[in-house]
Amino acid sequence: MFERIWRGSLAPLAAAVAAIVISSIALLISGNNPIDAFREMWQTIDSTESVVLIINRAVPYYIAGVAVAIGFKMNLFNIGSNGQYILAALIAGWAGAEVSLPPPIHVAFVFLVAITVGGTWALIAAVLNVTRNVNVVISTIMLNYIAFGLVAFLLNEFLADDETAGLVKNTKQMPSSAQIPSLNRLIEILGFNLAPGVQLYGFLPFAILLGVGYYVLLNRSRFGYDLKMSGLNPDAARSAGVNPKKMVLITLFMSGAVAGMIGLPFLLADPNFQKYGDAFPVTIGFTGLGLALLGRNSPVGIAAAAIVWATIERATQRLAPIGIPQEIGRILQGSFLLVAVIAYEVVRRRNDAAVAAAAATATAKLHREPPPSSTPMAGAPA
Amino acid sequence: MSSTERDSAALLTRVPAIELRDIVKRFPGVVANDGVNLTVRAGSVHAIVGENGAGKSTLMKTLYGSHRPDEGTITVNGEPVTFSSPRDAIAAGIGMVFQHFMLAANFTVWENVVLGDEPGTKAALKPKPARARLRELGEEYGLDVDPDALVSDLGVGDKQRVEILKVLYRGAKILILDEPTAVLVPQEVDELFHSLRELTAQGATVIFISHKLDEVLQHADAITVIRQGRTVGEISDPSAVTPRDLAEMMVGSELPSPEIRGGKVSDIAELVLDDVTVTNPDGGRPLVEQVTLTVHQGEVVGIAGVEGNGQSELVHAILGLIAATGSISVAGRDITGLSTQQRRALGLGYIAEDRQKEGLVLPFTIWENAALGHQHQAPFGRGPWIDIAGARKRAAEIIDTFDVRTPGVEAPTFTMSGGNQQKLVVGREMTMEPSVLIASHPTRGVDVGAQALIWDVIRDSRENGMATLLISADLEELIGLSDRLLVMLRGRVVADLDPATVTPADLGSYMTGVRTEAQ
Amino acid sequence: MTATIDSTASDVREPGAESTWRKARWMPLAVALGAMAILSLTRLLADNDDLTSSGTFGVALRVAAPIGLAGLSGLVAERSGTINIGLDGMMVMGTIFAGWWGWQYGPWMALLGGIIGGMAGGMVMSLATTTFGVNHIVAGVAINIIAPGTARFMAGELFTDVQGGSITTSPGNTGAIGAFTVPFLSGGDLFGWTSPDILGWLEDRGWFLIADVAALAKGLTTAVSWDVVLTIAIFFGIAYLLWHTPLGLRLRSAGERPAAADSLGVSVHTMRHIGMGLSGALAGMGGAVLVLFANRYQENQVAGRGFLGLATMIFGNWMPLGTAAGAGLFGYAQGITLRTNPGDLVSALILAAGISLLVMSIWMVVERRWQTMGFMSVFTAVTFWAFFAASEPNNQLVFVTPYVVTLIAVSVGAQRLRPPAEEGIPWFKGMQ
Repeated sequence: MFERIWRGSLAPLAAAVAAIVISSIALLISGNNPIDAFREMWQTIDSTESVVLIINRAVPYYIAGVAVAIGFKMNLFNIGSNGQYILAALIAGWAGAEVSLPPPIHVAFVFLVAITVGGTWALIAAVLNVTRNVNVVISTIMLNYIAFGLVAFLLNEFLADDETAGLVKNTKQMPSSAQIPSLNRLIEILGFNLAPGVQLYGFLPFAILLGVGYYVLLNRSRFGYDLKMSGLNPDAARSAGVNPKKMVLITLFMSGAVAGMIGLPFLLADPNFQKYGDAFPVTIGFTGLGLALLGRNSPVGIAAAAIVWATIERATQRLAPIGIPQEIGRILQGSFLLVAVIAYEVVRRRNDAAVAAAAATATAKLHREPPPSSTPMAGAPA
Repeated sequence: MSSTERDSAALLTRVPAIELRDIVKRFPGVVANDGVNLTVRAGSVHAIVGENGAGKSTLMKTLYGSHRPDEGTITVNGEPVTFSSPRDAIAAGIGMVFQHFMLAANFTVWENVVLGDEPGTKAALKPKPARARLRELGEEYGLDVDPDALVSDLGVGDKQRVEILKVLYRGAKILILDEPTAVLVPQEVDELFHSLRELTAQGATVIFISHKLDEVLQHADAITVIRQGRTVGEISDPSAVTPRDLAEMMVGSELPSPEIRGGKVSDIAELVLDDVTVTNPDGGRPLVEQVTLTVHQGEVVGIAGVEGNGQSELVHAILGLIAATGSISVAGRDITGLSTQQRRALGLGYIAEDRQKEGLVLPFTIWENAALGHQHQAPFGRGPWIDIAGARKRAAEIIDTFDVRTPGVEAPTFTMSGGNQQKLVVGREMTMEPSVLIASHPTRGVDVGAQALIWDVIRDSRENGMATLLISADLEELIGLSDRLLVMLRGRVVADLDPATVTPADLGSYMTGVRTEAQ
Repeated sequence: MTATIDSTASDVREPGAESTWRKARWMPLAVALGAMAILSLTRLLADNDDLTSSGTFGVALRVAAPIGLAGLSGLVAERSGTINIGLDGMMVMGTIFAGWWGWQYGPWMALLGGIIGGMAGGMVMSLATTTFGVNHIVAGVAINIIAPGTARFMAGELFTDVQGGSITTSPGNTGAIGAFTVPFLSGGDLFGWTSPDILGWLEDRGWFLIADVAALAKGLTTAVSWDVVLTIAIFFGIAYLLWHTPLGLRLRSAGERPAAADSLGVSVHTMRHIGMGLSGALAGMGGAVLVLFANRYQENQVAGRGFLGLATMIFGNWMPLGTAAGAGLFGYAQGITLRTNPGDLVSALILAAGISLLVMSIWMVVERRWQTMGFMSVFTAVTFWAFFAASEPNNQLVFVTPYVVTLIAVSVGAQRLRPPAEEGIPWFKGMQ
């Protein structure tokens, strides 16, 4: 067990070291002191408020990572999660403001709309794949940009709140019945005090639930088994009675449905938003791609990656006042990701070779034992 | 002729074209070659035989510079050499035709041939001299192929010719062919050896690897037998040995025999195919045409045929993997409209022709593979869930019963040898107690021990009433195991024979359409 | 594996393969003329001469150049076996270097800087995909995440404390790159003498189809910026390299059948590194062309043109000519939004697209390809809906045109598309 954890974290640790080295070099070249930078970064994140802000930021990242990981597990590269979520956020934000429902049902309604829209948009790529054999990478990339255009078009033409004049376009603000309360009480119960104005958004339990669901689906359910099988060997999966077309349709729908939830923490739990508009973050889907890669499609791995990502972003927020470019965070993130994907591949290949060699040795030992006395078939059932 | 020329000519006949001494090649966990010796006379056709995994291909790759041996020496025409890449081997006049065609399908013939050794300057490719040279070589050795044809448009025989032309184009005098006849029909085999003779007549040396012992004895001037990475026999006069001698030398023991006479075939039909046709998606003749057949309980029906005559498609149609017209029923129940999953749940067992491509998920653990195809049924599945404990337990049983050699149920499947992988597949299918077994090449590429075990399994299950449809390229296996033998040619069943009376030679003539039988 | 599949095909040689091939030769020309006829018809229907004016085509060419370079970048990478999703990031690297060097050393050095920046990106990706065997999509996604961050960091360091610069823009290039007009055809100067403008005269007549073709030719030969001239030359150069030189044959073999290349002593890894270096250079140059057009680096200048380039490559079936055609088409769609009355042009273009789709749907009925027809009809309906629904013609809809067109092209023609056979598969020695 311990060895497994050690092996699993070897590559990310190496990547982290490499990322720190690369960023330090970048800082040195640009005439900054890396030690000052990293000290300031540590001081920034070393507070309860920072931890809360990091978690808030990590939640949508986490959902974005899980969304694409579902597809990745089947070798379906859903590059289009970004389009799926902005379209879902727009329509869910608009629809949520149009209805009035009691609180829990209102939240559920917004969830349902977002999941449906995200899933359906992904389903376009799935349908094109199974009926017309269109590569999913290509179609989802195209659908991303179509979604960008469509969102701008729909917002401008139909869905923007007429009250907001001028250049900024927004959907109407959703009523408070569509708000998930913050978890500040929980923090207080745990004995921490938060500065006024800082909230732990209430979406966190949903994200945790999503991770648990994803884990169970993948490792305990027959669907997860079929999914992994289809990803690793589609021919064998077919012979084993898995319908590949059905798998593509379901998996991409699920991936899109989860992607549809990426915008929900902002719509349902962040008092600064509660609506879709020009200020809404629109690139988290792309970030999710990187996080799924970093977390190797595992629910825990993606969570760790999302927290690292958010931590770097939080940590670099106060660098500018001391004259260090805050963009060093992007270098940190980027080099971490790139070195990590390479390190994973190297470690995987070495592990595979080691496992194969060990098995060959173990089997060779078996060979030396005397052969079974009875005929091997004696116990075979008819 | 001057005296020096005469001397060198004499030298050529005395000095072996190739001499390999004590070659050792290790891979992680395996010793593929463990002191192999090989001497090939110049101007001869030399066969190398041995079981799968005996180390033949490894040896040939060593000779072609694809990798370096860990120990041992290579001598070419009396000169010791070391090759660090195929380029060195090519420069020494050695060329290799691989088991899998090394051809870019979207390139023309001449592009494939000149690759790596292009005519013209660095700035401009000159196809003209290449075309001319190809035509010339084609005429000289009877290897006619249109230089401008796209390789994807060529048949297997033509592709093989392109492979040989590639080698000759580089001026190779020593040709290595790795299982060149595996994919050829008999006429093409004859043409191939005709061309090879043409080559040796002009001073070239040919080394080929083969599994088909008849063919080896018929065409080779000398034979080297390799077993478990070692040279175990050198035969300089093939006419003095029989295929059985050769086979026993390969295996190192008495050969198992697939014989099964006796027992009774019930008259209850278990698998019935009626007028099954699979159309060709690219147009043209159907891949499977109006196949009607019945397999009774306790019966093994063998299907013979040159590969690519619709056997795979027939199997896939029975399993519901490809669309077919006509009707298929199992135990009296029409399964035509059912999905693959439903068909398998009804008791259709399936041993796929290519275990790595279709039968197993190599990165999966052994218990995960033990559930493959049965994930919906006990003990592997429970409702929407996977029963991990049940699957592990069953996998352990399979390992025990079928003598699968592996460190344990949690080992990834890619760590096992081919024979053990196949035993896992067979064990998986048999423990589900199928009423019908579709066995495609069940002993392809496995060692003798596994082969004997698999034959035993099929025999015993037959005794217990299982209906088996056996597809195989191994004629001895077909004749030995089957109660009835059908021959498929161009998608149709063209003969229904009694294995008790038919000879492999007869079977061969039906398979190639030389003989036909009114249905 | 191939062997067993092929054995069935041994005697099924494609009937009439030759005639299809002949048909294929005049098909592109026919399609181009047909498209031009529809545009011409729309011009007359909508009474908007600017739809096919030489000015519009000139802008289209300018806009098409970076897209075309991106497409060519993807083409070179994929032909040599690497799927380059990361080329968008490489373009970003191109823009930042071009902005930097253009500001410091002038426009030609901007081009060189862009090429170097992009090439660096290509080599980093090749290190991951070729040397270490990382999944190509994975590595490409990583590059796309890294590049904008790196560019922003560099911009912050280079441009923030400079007059006219900020973290989002460079101060502007020093000097202009100049332009070229072909004499006689489009009235270019010849040793100080202004030659006649034949195409311009034809364009002014306004004749159906003839005027439009003349305008196209004039657009492509009038005041063409030197970097665009270079882009056109590079298209021919890459086509020559890939199909008429030994290196090209080896590069393509690494994408079609690396094991074959390896068995003949051609190093697959070297080929893939070269392919990726070249691919990165082309993408970076695409970024530089954007910088030269805007005369400065701007953040998010690339705006997904790398992906658009991939789309043109697919649209062009992995061939340079087809890629150029795709870039032209998409460049035209984006280019019209830069004209003086984009609103009218956009609605005219949407109308033209609707007409084209309708024509194709009818053709599919004639060919009795019902499923394809179904898809086409859906797209036709959506297009006409967009034409009538938009209260005022909307740039967002034009923005999506290339992507919709590509999606239609791949869904209608996926069976006919032929990507390099073994692209995207990490290769190591000893693989079959």
